[in-house]
Order: sequence, then C-alpha cells, then structure tokens
Amino acid sequence: MSDGNGDLVQLTAKDFRSDQEVRWCPGCGDYAILNVIQGFMPELGLSRERIVFVSGIGCAARFPYYMQTYGMHSIHGRAPAIATGLAVTRPDLSVWVVTGDGDALSIGGNHLIHSLRRNVNLKILLFNNRIYGLTKGQYSPTSELGKVTKSTPMGSLDHPFNPLSIAIGAEASFVARAIDTDKKGLTEVLEAAARHRGSAFVEILQNCNIYNDGAFDYVRDEKSNRIYLENGERIRFGAEIEKGVVQDTDGSARIVDVADVGEDSLLAHDSGHREPSLAFALSRITFETDGAVPLGVFRSVERPVYDDLMSEQLERARAQSGEGDLAALLRSGDTWTVS
Amino acid sequence: MSSPKPVEQLDRVVIRFAGDSGDGMQLTGDRFTSETAVFGNDLVTLPDFPAEIRAPAGSLPGVSGFQVHFADHDILTPGDQPNVLVAMNPAALKVNVTDLPKGATIIVNTDAFNDRNLQKAGYESNPLEDGSLSNFHVHEVALSSMTVEALRDIAGITSREAERSKNFFALGLMSWLYHRPAEGTLAFIETKFAGRPEIAEANTKAFKAGWNYGETSEDFAVSYEIAPAKLEPGTYRQISGNSALTYGLVAASKLSGLPLFLGAYPITPASSVLEELAQLKQFGVRTFQAEDEIAASGAALGAAFGGALGVTTSAGPGVVLKSETVGLAVTLELPLIVVDIQRAGPSTGMPTKPEQADLLMVMFGRNSESPVPVVAASTPAGCFHAAIEAARIAIKYRTPVFLLSDAYLANGSEPWLIPDVSTLADISTEFATEPNDGEGFLPYKRDPETLARPWAIPGTPGLEHRIGGLEKENETGNVSYDPENHDLMVQLRAAKVAGIAADIPSLEVDDPDGADTLVLGWGSTYGAIGAAARRVRSSGRKVATAHLRYLNPFPRNTGEVVRAYDKVLVPEMNLGQLRMLLRAEYLVDAVGYNKVRGRPFRAAELADAITALVDQ
Repeated sequence: MSDGNGDLVQLTAKDFRSDQEVRWCPGCGDYAILNVIQGFMPELGLSRERIVFVSGIGCAARFPYYMQTYGMHSIHGRAPAIATGLAVTRPDLSVWVVTGDGDALSIGGNHLIHSLRRNVNLKILLFNNRIYGLTKGQYSPTSELGKVTKSTPMGSLDHPFNPLSIAIGAEASFVARAIDTDKKGLTEVLEAAARHRGSAFVEILQNCNIYNDGAFDYVRDEKSNRIYLENGERIRFGAEIEKGVVQDTDGSARIVDVADVGEDSLLAHDSGHREPSLAFALSRITFETDGAVPLGVFRSVERPVYDDLMSEQLERARAQSGEGDLAALLRSGDTWTVS
Repeated sequence: MSSPKPVEQLDRVVIRFAGDSGDGMQLTGDRFTSETAVFGNDLVTLPDFPAEIRAPAGSLPGVSGFQVHFADHDILTPGDQPNVLVAMNPAALKVNVTDLPKGATIIVNTDAFNDRNLQKAGYESNPLEDGSLSNFHVHEVALSSMTVEALRDIAGITSREAERSKNFFALGLMSWLYHRPAEGTLAFIETKFAGRPEIAEANTKAFKAGWNYGETSEDFAVSYEIAPAKLEPGTYRQISGNSALTYGLVAASKLSGLPLFLGAYPITPASSVLEELAQLKQFGVRTFQAEDEIAASGAALGAAFGGALGVTTSAGPGVVLKSETVGLAVTLELPLIVVDIQRAGPSTGMPTKPEQADLLMVMFGRNSESPVPVVAASTPAGCFHAAIEAARIAIKYRTPVFLLSDAYLANGSEPWLIPDVSTLADISTEFATEPNDGEGFLPYKRDPETLARPWAIPGTPGLEHRIGGLEKENETGNVSYDPENHDLMVQLRAAKVAGIAADIPSLEVDDPDGADTLVLGWGSTYGAIGAAARRVRSSGRKVATAHLRYLNPFPRNTGEVVRAYDKVLVPEMNLGQLRMLLRAEYLVDAVGYNKVRGRPFRAAELADAITALVDQ
C-alpha cells in the first residue's frame, strides 16, 4: 500500500487509536464499530493525516475524538454540509462522516439527502440505534410507531424513516447496511464504501444497551434472519438456506420458501442496476414486515462526483480565460482616466 | 449628434427613471450612469425596485425606480429630491411625484396615460389634464408610439416587441438632454443583444430616435451640460457595492494565497455576489449553492478547516440561520467570513430595501459568550477594502468575522479609483507544519501576541488532531468540563477579539472648526451624514463627523473621541443599535436620529437633525 507519494505506509489498528479515553457506556455497540473501523483503516493505504472524520452531535458523534486522524465534532445534523466544504476543496483527503439516526435523519435530514444526490466524495456511516441516547432516551426518527419513551409515554405517533429507502430515494450512488458486531460483514461493507468514488451511505445497526437494548436482537443474535446480499447471486438465507427473495410483478420484493418457488424464481442481486428500483424493493424488506433483514451492498453505481465536476469547471475556466488576473478583473467594464 | 439649441451649465442634477418593473428602468438607469461615469462626473446611484419580479403591469407596487445624482464636484449621496422624473406610466408618476420639489421637470410617456392605467394607479382624473402638476415643468412625450413608429421598418419584430424598446427611446432623449456620450450605450446594445440582431437594431434605432427627438422637438428648448468633476487622477470605473465586495473577496484570496470557497443560498440582496463569484472560477474560486443557509455556512467552515478562505454571503433572514455555524467557528477558532447584506426586517421584511438593524444580531445573536469581530462597509466602492479587511482579521486571528453591507450599498454605485493591485498588502498566514510541544502538537497553544491558535490543516503529517464544539482544555484542545478552564477559555476568546483593536486604524474625526457636536455613524449612512455636515457647516454652524468601519472591537480611541464632545448624535436606520453599544461601552449620553423606512437618509433631514442639536 502506498500513501500516494509512492511510500509504503504500514499501519495497524493501534496507530489509529487516539490518546483519548473512550467514554461510551459499557456494552455500547459503538465500541464494536470503533474497533472494526480502527482495524479497517490500515487497509485504506493512506497515511493518517490524509483521513478526516467529521461528525455532528449525539453519542456516535464522539467518534472522531477516538481516531488518531484529523477530525471535527461539529453541529447537530450539519456534518454532511461541513464535510462537503472540506471534500470539494481538498480532493486529496479521505473524508468520513459519522452520524446517528437523529443527527442524520431528523435535524440533518436535508443535508444528508443533498450530499447524497450531489454525490460528494464522502463516506457516511449512520449508526442507527433507533433512539436518542445522548439526551437520555427519547424516540428517534427510526423508532418504531408506538414506541414508549420518556417523551412519548403513550407511544410515538410518527411513522419511522427507513434510512436505506431515504438514501436510495435521494439517488445515493452507494448504499449498504451492516451490523455493529458483525466484524466480517461490516469490514466488507466498509471496504466497498472506501473503494466507491462519490457518496457512500452505510447504515450500521447499533445496539444502545441503555435506552433501547435488544432493538436488533432479531438480526444481531438470530443469524438466520440475516440476508447477505451477494452480487450476481440469487438471494437466499436462513438456517438451512431454505428461504429466498423473489420480486413480484409490481416491483416489490418478498420472502419465500425456496422449496415452494424453486431456485430459478429467486431474485438475483444486482447492486449496479441502472435503476434504483431493485435496491429500493430490497430496502423495504424489514424485520417488521418480513422477519428478516438484508445486509451488504444494496446499490453501487458510478455517477459523476460533485468534487470532480467542480474541479473540472475550474480547469475549464482557466483553459478558457487563463489564470485569473486581479488587475484585469478590477479594470473590466467601462473605465475612464482622470489626469 | 451635435446640438444647435442653447446649452445651459449646471453643477449637479438628480434624475429618477421610473416605470413598471418590466419596463427596463434598471437597465436604463444603469446605462445612463455608465455614460455619466465615462463622461467624468462624480455620481451616486440609488436603484429602488420591488421584490416582485413582475408585479401586475401598471400597478403601484410594480413601480421600479432608478435614481442617479451626478455633478461637476464630489458628491456623497444619490440626492434627496429628483430634479427630473422620467415617468413611464401613471403609477410611476403617482409613486414618485411626492418626492419632487417645486419646479422639477417631469417627462411622461403620454401613451401610457389611458383610462385603464390611470385607474390602476388610483387617479380619478388625468393628472396631465387636471392641473395637479402645475408646479412642475411637464414634458408630454408619446414615448411608446414614437418608438413603435421609429421601428416600423425592422423585419422580424412585432409592434409589441417594438414597444418594449421605449426605454431606449427615453434613454436616448435623456442622453441628448444632458450631453451624455452615446458610444458606450450603442456598443453595449451590440454586445448585449448579439444573439438577437433584430432586437439590437430596434434598441439602437429607439435610442437614436429619442436623441433626435430631443434635438428637433420644440418641447425641449435647451439642453444641459454638467462639466466633469475634478477627481483624483487615475483610472476609474463605476462599481456597485456587491461587485466591489465580490472583487474584494477575490483580492483577499490572492493576497492571502488561500483558495476562495463560497457557500451561499440565493437571497435578496446578496445573490449577485454568488452569481459574480461563480463567473470567476479562473481565480480558483469554488462556489457552492447549498441546500440552505445552514449548509452554506457549514460548507464554508468545512473548507476553512481544510485551509481555504471560507466565505458565506447572505442577508439577515439567512444570517440568523448561520448562528450555530458562527458559534462553532468561534470555538473552533477557524477563519470564516460571514457577509450580511442587510435588508429591512424583521422576518422577510422588505427584501429589496436597506436597513441597518442587524448590528445587534451579529454582535450578540448567538448562545453564550461568543465574540465575533464586525467590519462594516460605508460606501459601495468601500465594500472592496472592507472585504479584504474582514479576510485579514479572520485569517490572522483565526476567527469568524461579520462583514456588514446593506441593500443600498449592494445595488448603489459610484465611480471608483481602481487601486493598483501591487499596493494591496499581503494578508497571508502560515499553516502549522511542525510539532509545537516537543514531539507533540497542541492545537490551542496560542500566539502570545495575537492569541491566535495554530492552523494545522488535514494532510499535515504528525499534527493530526480533533476539534469540536465541546469546550476544550487550554492548549491541548482536549474535551474539558473543568470550571476554571472554561472561564479561562471564555476570557481568552474575548481577549483575542478585543485585542484586534490594536491592529485597526484609529477612528478619524473630521472637525475643521472645533465643534462641540459630533455626528457618529456607521455603514451606508456615511454619504448622507457627510452631505448633511456640509450643509450645516455652510450655514455657519460647527459640527464634527466620524464614521465607524469597525463595530467590534471599536477602534481604540473611540471612547476618547465620543467623550471629547458635549453632544453626540448617532443617526441610524434602526432604533439605536450603535447608540446602545456606545452608551454601554463608554457611558456617553449619545442621542439618536432613527428612521426605519427602508430607504437611505436624506441629507436634508439629517442636516435638520444636526442643526437642531447644534443649536440646543
């Protein structure tokens, strides 16, 4: 691996640990994610100074403090906007956004969808625990309807967001999902996200053991409910790989017993499909609706990257007008001389 | 195009062009101004237009105006009262006639004075016939029909299209009447309408027809000359405040060696800065039209973290949304320029009209102790140096800086002695590249003189660090909840901004006669205050003036200046915001002159207010 200057960079997970004491609650899923990411970072092949983590506010947003890279812990919801300014002015950097379900989908929803549609070269990691943790347990925009919390003693009234449906709807060019404790699955998704040029959106199912413990047990613990998406492969899962996913004529996807429909009827995964419909249909398969959860890369397509387009415009302007000449600019338009 | 008619010499004229917002009055005024600038008069303009792009034709709210004041000597304001009103329809006459002094000249487009338009303007009888304009010299000109007639032979345009050229007929007539050079406008038409040669031909013909009408019609017995003003030698151009601000930002980028990044969301009256900068990509300028005002400022701050000159431009209703970003920039101690081109409020207010009522917002409109330097432009051309100065302070002190302009400065224009770029001072800084604590790096270890912290940008090996909105331990920047540390950091951030007072020019006082009354202003009231002081002095009274270009911190001698006068008058287009600051800071019994009408002060009203205080 090289640092871009031809020099070999051989780093380990330890090199990415900052000297700050990690202060999440004992047992928090964030520890697992931090470990996986620190372990994965050397695979980027970049020296530490070329990597930046930007976060908003919330438990997940403390993440940059624990990474021995450049980092900014910014404002609630605004990390995608701040990271956009950094990424477009510094294409030499690898810019990662760490956010949570409240940060990304409530207060920062606007910035999230716009960074995804622009396809800014950002890797956005959304730690979804379906609860507000840092403010001590109010329901979040991904909490299930009827969620009883301190702020919703009779149950929440809001229909929850599906983060992947939002990202796909915003025409994100890369959309994936992983589980905090699934080191292999998370690492594979991070690798694919890092390789992707443009916005990469990764939902990480993360357990908040204090305010929403067990929210994802159905897929964290019940491995038979994990549907791993493999490109080009028919989608199958289950303890005996006895289940699969088919797509109906109306475009929706559902779970079937393979024995009932036959192997050939199963949907083959294609994350690079021209249209986002397939990925969207897969994003609609949830534990609540279908009793299982797809994981892995839902969608990965090439689309012009905002940062590149902006740099190209600067180059084109210079090619057309030459390097900007301040004295000439000030004298542009009608001038007259007083002697 | 010579004129055989008698010529009168004038020392100054104020002309107001007024018509429907679709009549091209801003273009007409702009071209007349360009001709006037090239001719060598001193000038000041005041565009005045509705926020609606096309309000209902012929209606009072749809009237768009452009006032230009030009003279053979230096002038400071767009003029209190027009000497000449060009009214393209009854609504334009109705809206503007009350501003005219007795004896003023009115040129009306009689074709537009039909029953329907008179009714829309709320006239019960035709003012051209009922004697209500008897105090004025009225020239009745069939602008529309003469324009259509003049363009009859042009192939490819309808009579409706031909009628649209009537503003060039009016421009031609006014250009003849005031001996303006026509070449610039004729060349402008060729360039502007190059894609539609038949329109270019129509506008050229209409302009010439208007000029010839003045020359031949008996209605215009004399024409007028206003000799060029004696301005400081050099090369001049006409410039508006927003253009000057744009150029100032580009200059600041050059002078600092930092690439310019603008995050902006379209908003009146700031949008033209975004639009102009978007055309200057050859200067390495990156413009980002964000999804909202918040993202615009956030992206600018993100760019600053990466070593760019981060700028965000807006008006009051957008700046309120940027408060949290400014607060973050205060605690991150990163450079950020926040431009507030003030407009009348509160809330949406009157988007195209000026006001100075955002001062206390930019001073205090954030949570907690959050000091931010404030620089204010006072003339359209002055926006250039104000922008460079805002950048200098932001870069040197690693702080957000507010740059205040307003709708009057933004759209108003004046001649500008183009500066020699080689004389502009370097404002570059050095990024941190080496550890500053043995082997380690302390991101909040300050420069003992400026109290600025090191700016270590991502990509710098060995200086990896994390910053954020949580309170930081002094020097290390680590998260800290220590009570004494928080107090220290609050004090340090305040001291850093207060210390800028040592690095800005003293407040200059203009007091030729030894007055006991001081008029102290800030922002776009500069011209009106100066013109008012001239009037007061010419009446034999003594008055001193001073103008603040730095609102936070104040120049070091401000207290000394205000305490040296028995009476201090602070005119502001707000309810007394600077006055409140002065009274709090210096315990001075300053009095205000406060009008919040969404239009600049008139020199006459300020002269009256000053006279009353001087005579007290």
